[in-house]
Amino acid sequence: MSIDTETARRVAKLARIKVEDDALPELAQEFNAILGFIEQLEEVDVDGVEPMTSVTPQRLKRREDVVTDGDQQEAVLKNAPDAREGFFAVPKVVE
Amino acid sequence: MTDLNKLTIAEARDALKKGETTSVAITEACLSEIEAQGVLNAFVHKTPEIALDMAKAADARGYADGAALNGIPLGIKDLFCTKGVDSQAASGILNGFKPEYESTVTTKLFASGAVMLGKLNMDEFAMGSSNESSVYGPSVNPWKVDDRNLIPGGSSGGSASAVAADLCIGATGTDTGGSIRQPAALTGTVGIKPTYGRVSRWGIIAYASSLDQAGPMTKTVRDSAIMLSAMAGHDMKDSTSADLAVPDFEAALTGDIKGKTIGIPREYRLDGLNADVAKLWDQGAEMLRDAGAKVVDISLPHTKYALPTYYVIASAEASSNLARYDGVRFGERAKLGAGDGITEMYEKTRAAGFGPEVQRRIMVGTYVLSAGFYDAYYNRARKVRTLIKRDFENAFAEGVDAILAPATPSPAFGIGEVSDHDPVQMYLNDVFTVTLNLAGLPGVSVPAGLASNGLPLGLQLIGRAWEEADLLNIAYTLEQKTGFVAKPEKWW
Repeated sequence: MSIDTETARRVAKLARIKVEDDALPELAQEFNAILGFIEQLEEVDVDGVEPMTSVTPQRLKRREDVVTDGDQQEAVLKNAPDAREGFFAVPKVVE
Repeated sequence: MTDLNKLTIAEARDALKKGETTSVAITEACLSEIEAQGVLNAFVHKTPEIALDMAKAADARGYADGAALNGIPLGIKDLFCTKGVDSQAASGILNGFKPEYESTVTTKLFASGAVMLGKLNMDEFAMGSSNESSVYGPSVNPWKVDDRNLIPGGSSGGSASAVAADLCIGATGTDTGGSIRQPAALTGTVGIKPTYGRVSRWGIIAYASSLDQAGPMTKTVRDSAIMLSAMAGHDMKDSTSADLAVPDFEAALTGDIKGKTIGIPREYRLDGLNADVAKLWDQGAEMLRDAGAKVVDISLPHTKYALPTYYVIASAEASSNLARYDGVRFGERAKLGAGDGITEMYEKTRAAGFGPEVQRRIMVGTYVLSAGFYDAYYNRARKVRTLIKRDFENAFAEGVDAILAPATPSPAFGIGEVSDHDPVQMYLNDVFTVTLNLAGLPGVSVPAGLASNGLPLGLQLIGRAWEEADLLNIAYTLEQKTGFVAKPEKWW
C-alpha cells in the first residue's frame, strides 16, 4: 500500500513529532520505501503460527509486594528542564 | 613497560598481578591516547579525574585477591547510564542528562575493579550501522587504506574504534541487530552478544527491549570471556534477566573442539556475496575442520525475512520506548512560542531533539502499531519471528553445536557513502547479524583476516541459548587458527 502526505501527517501527529508541511512529501516517500521493504513478509505462510511474546521463555521472578525504594524526590527532579516546588512544570494544560 | 594502552585485559591483569605496572600507569597511557584521538572521535565524554581516582583505588586495593578486572581501564558506550556522568545515547534530546543512578552492567564492572575512562560514541539511540547518526558527529575507523575516512560500523562504533586504536583496554557495547558484532568485524576486534537475558538491561537506555543485549568489545576472545563473566548475571531490576549461574567463561577456553558440529547456513550465501567475505568464510570452515570439528551444511529457510521482521519489531518497540522523551522529566525542552501548549511542547521538543533516523523509526513504529495495521505488520512480524527462531531450534536439534557465518556483507565503507536518503540500503549491513537477536541467541564476531583492499573482516559464530562458554571456546579456537594480528597504523 502507498502512504500519502495526509497519512504521513497523521503518523507524525500520533508520534508527537513536528513535521513541517513542505517536508511531508519526502517523509511519505521514505515511509513507502521502508514499508515496501517490509511487505516481503506477506509472502510468508504464518497460518497457525503463534506470535512471539518472549524470546527466552521463563517464568517471571516474584517477590514480596513491599516498598523497596522511595524518598527520592530531589533525584527524580534533578534532570527536569523545569521543576518547581517539588513538581515537574509544563505549559498550561487546562484553560 | 611501553605502550601500556596496547595491552589486552589478560595481559594487563597478569602484569598488575606480578607488580610490573600499576593501574595508574595503564590508565594514564590510555588517557594520553584519548587526548590524541583527533578525528577518531571515539570518546565523547572524557572522565580523566574519575579514571585516575578509580585507578588509584584499584592500586590501593592491590592485586592479591584478584577481583577479575581490578585496575583495568575501560570505555563505556554512551547508552549506559553512569551516575553523575553525561549519558545521552548520542542524542540531542538528552543533552546535559546526568543520571542519578548507575546501570547494573557498569555497577558490576566497577565492583570487579574496572576503571572508567569515559563515554563512547555511537549511533543515536543505537539506531544505525555506521556511527554517522550521532549528535557528536561520526566516529572514524582507525583502519584506513586510502584518503577516505571509513566508518567504524555501528551502533557501537566508538567502542570498536577505541578498542582497535588502543585508546582503552576494552569497552562495553550493546547489540540490538548487530551493533556489537558488525563494528567489531569492521575494526578487527572481538565482540559478543550474549543470550537475551544473560546481561541485565537495567540502566541501559532502551531502543528495542525484546532485542537489546549488552556485551563486551575487546582485543581478543579471552578478554571477551573475562569481561562477560563480570557483566552477566541475574538482576531483580530487569524482569527479563535470567536467574542462571554465570560460568567462568575464561576457564572454558581450552581450544579443544574435537567432535563439535559446525553448521554452515546455505541461505547466508547471498547472490553476489562479496568475494573476500566468501573466501574468508570458506577458510574459517576449513580451519574449524582442521581443529577437529565436523562441518555440515544446514538450512535456515526464513533468513531472508529477518531484516524486514527486525525493522517492524524494533521500530514498534522504539516508538513505545522513546515516548518517554517528552521534554518533561529529563533532557532538553525546545524553546516554546507564546501560547504554545503541552502538545506543541512535545512536538517541538521531539522534532528538535531527535535526529532523522530516530524520527523515521519512531514514525514507522507508530504506523505499524496503529489501529488497522497492527495485525498486518506487527503481529505478522511477531509470527515470522517465531519461525526464524524455529529455524535455529531445528538446526540445533539436528546436532549442530554452533553456526559459522560472515559478520558483515562487506568491509568498512567511507563516511557518507551510503546515503542518508536510502535507509533500506543502510539496513542491509545487518543482514547476517539480526537473525540471532530475533532468536535471542548468542553470537560472537572474530577477526577472520584482511579483505583484498587491506581492511579487516570478521566471521560470526552463533551458539545455543545460554551456552556462551562453548561458543567462546569455538571462537577462541578459530582465533588461534586465523592468527589475526594486524593492527591499523597510527595516522590520526
